[in-house]
This record gives sequence, C-alpha cells and structure tokens, in this order.
Amino acid sequence: MKHKLTVAVPRGALFADTLDLLDTLGVETGEVRSNDRKLLFEDAGIVTMRPGDVPTYVEHGAADIGITGKDVLLEQPQREVYELLDLGYGRCEMVVAARTGDDALAESLRRLGRMRVATKYPRVASRHFAETGRQAEIVEVKGSVELAPLTGLVDGIVDLTATGTTLRENGLEVLEEIVTCTARLIANPVAHKLKAPDMDALVDRIRQGHLA
Amino acid sequence: MHPIPPGTRDVLPDEMSELRSISRRLREAFESSGYGEVWTPLLEYEEVLRTGDDAAAGAGYRMFDARGQVLALRSDMTIPIARLVATRLAGGTEPLRLCYFAHAYRAVGHGSGHQSEFLQGGLELIGVAGQAGEAEVIELTLAALDAAGLARHRIGLGDGALYRTLLGDLEVPAERHHELLERLSMRDLVGLELLVDGLGLAPDARDTLVRLPALRGGPEVFDRVGGPARGALDGLRTLYAALDDRGAADRVILDLGLVRMLGYYTGAVYEVYDPAVGFTLGGGGRYDELIGRFGAPRPACGIALDVQRVHIAQAAEEGLR
Repeated sequence: MKHKLTVAVPRGALFADTLDLLDTLGVETGEVRSNDRKLLFEDAGIVTMRPGDVPTYVEHGAADIGITGKDVLLEQPQREVYELLDLGYGRCEMVVAARTGDDALAESLRRLGRMRVATKYPRVASRHFAETGRQAEIVEVKGSVELAPLTGLVDGIVDLTATGTTLRENGLEVLEEIVTCTARLIANPVAHKLKAPDMDALVDRIRQGHLA
Repeated sequence: MHPIPPGTRDVLPDEMSELRSISRRLREAFESSGYGEVWTPLLEYEEVLRTGDDAAAGAGYRMFDARGQVLALRSDMTIPIARLVATRLAGGTEPLRLCYFAHAYRAVGHGSGHQSEFLQGGLELIGVAGQAGEAEVIELTLAALDAAGLARHRIGLGDGALYRTLLGDLEVPAERHHELLERLSMRDLVGLELLVDGLGLAPDARDTLVRLPALRGGPEVFDRVGGPARGALDGLRTLYAALDDRGAADRVILDLGLVRMLGYYTGAVYEVYDPAVGFTLGGGGRYDELIGRFGAPRPACGIALDVQRVHIAQAAEEGLR
C-alpha cells in the first residue's frame, strides 16, 4: 500500500520510540528496523536521517511530516515548519554543565569578563546567556562536548542530557537547566493545507493513542 | 573562484526563456483584466520603506548614497506601490488596478536553500473595500496560474485579524496577545497550546483558541467553529460566498490559522500552494491602512507570486503530462 504522507524519521536516540509510534499508526516498520544502512523506504513512506536534518527535509517538502527533538527546532528557528504535537518521548534537559567542584564559569566571568562555552547548540546557548545577562564566548564543536572543559578548551558546556550519566562519568556536573526537550511532530506548511485530511487523521490518532 | 552572494543566481538562456514565457502569460492575464504594469526604483530611502512596515524595511540590504542617506533594497513591491499611489496617483479615478514584475530582496543565511533575490509578479487592487476586492484578486490569481500552465494550484484563505479579534472577544489580557500571536505566526501550535493553557480560561474558550488554528478545508470549516468565534467569521463567510459565485471556491482552502508575517495586513490573507513545490508560490492580503501611512488613506488588497517557484510548479506539471 502506498502511504499518503512521507515521514522523516530521525536515526539516533529518538529512532526506536519513533518506530514504535509508527507501528501503532499501522505503518510497516519491519524493513526499517532490519536494515540500518538503507535510508529511503518508499513502500512505508519513510525516510531516515539525522535528527538535525529533519526540519530541512520537511521545510522543503521532501517529507510531508517529520519527527525531531525540540532541541533541534530551537537551534533552527528559521525553518518554516508547523510544530503540531509534543510526542512526549525522548525527554531530556538542555543544561549548562562544568567540571565538578570547580568554579571555572563564574571565575572566568568575574576576572576575564566572559566565559568560554562549548556546545553543539550555539543559538540556544547564546540566547540563554544573553537572556541571563552574561557574556559568553561560544565555541561550536561537532563531537563529544564533554571533552571540551576537561582539556581546558572551555570553562563549561551547554548540552543535552537525559540521565546525566555521561556528564558524571566525565567529571562534570549540571549547574543550570535551560529547557526540557521532547520529540515533536512537525509538518510542511504546504502539505499541511493540501493534505489536511490525512494529516488531521494522523494527528488525531496520535493524540488519542499515544498521549492518552 | 568569483562567487556571487548567497541566495542569488545567474540565469542562462534556456531557463530565461521559460521564465520570460511564464511572466508573459501572467502579465497577459493581469493586463486583460485591466491591471496596468508599473515600475518603481529598486532602491528606496529606508525611511520611506519603514513608513510602510518596520519589519519589512529591516529585512534586507542597506547602503549609503553620496550624501550619507540610508538606501535599502525593497523587500516587496507592495510598499513602493503604496508610496507611488499616495504620491503620484492620489488624485486619479478609482479603483486603481496595478500589476508589476520586479525583483525584491530579503537577507537569507548561507545554505538555507532560500533566495535573497527573487522575481515577483503581482497585482494590487486599490480603492475597492471588502470582499468584492479580495474575490477579484483571488479569482484572477487562479486564472493567471492556469494561463501559466499550472493545474493543481490552490489558494489558502484566512483572516489575518481573526485570532487577534478572538483574543479580544474572549477577554484575554492585551499584554498576552503578542506572545500568542507570535507562536501562531511561527506555526508553533505546541507552544501556542501551552500558552493558552496558562491563561486559565473557561474550557470552551480554551478549546476555541487551541483548535481554531488547525481548522482548514472547505466550507464545513465554518460549522466546526465553536460559539465564541462564530461572529468573528462573518467576513470570511461573505468572501467565501463571493468566491463561490465566481466559481472559484472549489480551489480555495479556508485556513483559520493563516497569518502572514508582514505587519500591514488588516483583513483577509491568502497564500498560493501547488503540490509540486514545498514552499508557498506567493501570498497577499488586504492592507487597508498601508496607503494611509503615506498620507492618502484608501482600502486596498493584492497578491505577489514568486515567478521562479511558479516555474518549478509549471515544469512539474509538464512532467505529469
């Protein structure tokens, strides 16, 4: 059966829960589960990608709807997509963290007039420090952010954490919680109008089933 | 490497002849309905653009002239035409029917996939108040896109003032309106619901504010609106009936959550969709206060199409045949 809506599905932390959700909606996910190299599943109407790419595919209409984290949406506010539903799963905190027991962030701010912060979320981090009236120099990194303060690259980090285990294991502690992030259902603005009945049916089923 | 700025592009002969052909067909449709083509300067004084709309003036490129005055590239054609009407055509007979094919500019980021320079083809109907004006513009837009070779296009129709009116009717404190309307215009329905829940309203008022932005479709939409919003929909209902009389209603999608980013819209707003393109092909609405900001108040409405996106839709349509 050809599906009416193309769904952008994030690989990574939200992958398993997203496939479980699609199962409850009657989407055939067996092939997606059994094949982690293939990216496009035309029969099921699924495309898989990194969570950060989901808003791009949906904004351009390459997928009608998509699932991604609120952290991704906060970092890409310019994307013209509808945010339709908070799916509730994938809950984690965007936090400010630094080496346990050391006062590097506050000391740098006091003596050097700014703190150095590493993050994969430069917009969220800049905005948080601007809103709280502190000068911060944002260092954008792509990989394990926890490494940055341990090597002296920065005084602290802004990152996502679900349980805090990775932070603790690297000798870091949470100092501030910025925002709670969960998985969100997003939609292309044109598909939202032209495929309204399909999209509303999907949203209603998720609301009734998943969020009940 | 001799780069060109992000969001700009060169056009070679094959594409250019197709773009010209689309512009020509749109223009013929506009002109045969009495819309005369106008041209305004690419550069305007920033202060003049700001008179029209503060946000629009700040959206693009600025420079200084030899006397140190701030010039800006227009971000749309509606503000320059409002200036033109108020200064050059204020004494003439009305209604005025004007059309244009011209570039406009908005700043975009690197790699965003958006254009910072784009060719707009549009029309403005000045001096016709209310639904008669909007119905004419919508019907002509649909016909012009037919002439350009599209077949599956639709127009989304909403009321840019609807949600604001509703907030007032439901006695939501005025200081909360801005954040609610901001969530709506950012299409953040999750954030909107959170804010509405925080208002402490009665259940039916709360449901109306949460559900209204998702209501879109045919005339059945009017029946799905709860009590508090019914009265606020009278204008849209009259317009839909006028479109029905003209045989255009079946290609119009009512959309009660539709708002347009530009601040000068005062009533009906519309967007143009085609299934081949993930972005809107264009949009417009009623702007009854804009020309008055230039000193010659009169009702007006209009629409602008992105010619390049119309081309993408037309090419896709050809591929289907």
